[in-house]
Amino acid sequence: MNLIAQIEAEQIAALGKTIPDFKAGDTIRVGYKVTEGTRTRVQAFEGVCIARNGGATIAASFTVRKISFGEGVERVFPLYSTNVETIEVVRRGKVRRAKLYYLRARRGKSARIAEKTNYRPLKGAQA
Amino acid sequence: MRSGVIAKKLGMTRLFMDDGRQVPVTVLQLDACQVVAQRTLDRDGYSAVQLGAGAAKAKRTTAPMRGHFAKASVEPKRKLAEFRVSPDNLIGVGEEITADHYFEGQFVDVAGTSIGKGFAGAMKRHNFGGLRASHGVSISHRAHGSTGQCQDPGKVFKGKKMAGHMGAARVTTQNLQVVRTDSERGLIMVKGAVPGSRGGWVTIKDAVKKATPENVILPAALRSAADAAKKAAEEAAAAAAAEEEAARQAALEAEQAAIEQAEQDAANPDEGGKNEG
Repeated sequence: MNLIAQIEAEQIAALGKTIPDFKAGDTIRVGYKVTEGTRTRVQAFEGVCIARNGGATIAASFTVRKISFGEGVERVFPLYSTNVETIEVVRRGKVRRAKLYYLRARRGKSARIAEKTNYRPLKGAQA
Repeated sequence: MRSGVIAKKLGMTRLFMDDGRQVPVTVLQLDACQVVAQRTLDRDGYSAVQLGAGAAKAKRTTAPMRGHFAKASVEPKRKLAEFRVSPDNLIGVGEEITADHYFEGQFVDVAGTSIGKGFAGAMKRHNFGGLRASHGVSISHRAHGSTGQCQDPGKVFKGKKMAGHMGAARVTTQNLQVVRTDSERGLIMVKGAVPGSRGGWVTIKDAVKKATPENVILPAALRSAADAAKKAAEEAAAAAAAEEEAARQAALEAEQAAIEQAEQDAANPDEGGKNEG
């Protein structure tokens, strides 16, 4: 492991975040810290995770898409950001791609994702 | 004016701060950065230190350079650079500079050799606008256009911005902030980008366009000083421990004596009574 990767791994360990096992196709709820003036509160953003980027680096991120008032909205969250308070998996989806960008061109019935019924939690070192 | 350091650019990463900020940082490493020679006012007419960094194979170092390193009794170095210092900030030959040389929040200037771009056109090299994509322009969409006037002056002025070799030149980025240092691994993290490719050598100096901070270490943060401080701290800790041990021992002895006294008192109650009386 080169020194940069080592530094990143150390920082990830130091941040001490518990990231649930989720991937593209899963419906997730993200609690994102918002600062308004002096007050901070946690804002929830719930939608389908359509992509995960960055692998095992500190720069890893994920994209969440939802339909808000009939308009598609996407947000990219840094996975290890201190502003991301919680990540909660609401529903596991069954998809055959790592990036679900095709959802952008679809709406309604064709933009649905089937639920994954045979999900097994990760065990051991992978968890 | 104190010495700078030679560092190796390892690459970029980001740091997440507690307040939610992300800071992009370049990680620079000090790899056995030692003083190889001194330049003094009497002998050379100016005062400076020559630093060396990295490790070079002895058999691939030329004989004259081997002699130069042998004189300073340091390992052959990969990279040498001179730093002008004021005469009172000269550093002894063979001393190693550590990453504590810079403190968090300090501003530094970082100089390195930028990534070579080869022969680049005027658009890339000088940010020219180029010609139009349509409306009759043929073949010259990325051309620089006119280079001058007419028969008078009848020449292209010197210094006209044109296509040519770009990059692979010495570039200094000023006023980069030091975000974090790690003296054990010799790491300095500065906010933002630094010229050069990963694995390239750069020099770090105190920022010239900021007032010198008061708490900089003069003449430099040296490994020998750090070792001495560590040793002193260890000795102090050992002395404190010994003192504590002695105190504990004394307390124990006092207790023992008290018990013995009590036993004695119990054995001859008359005497004990007298004592009490």
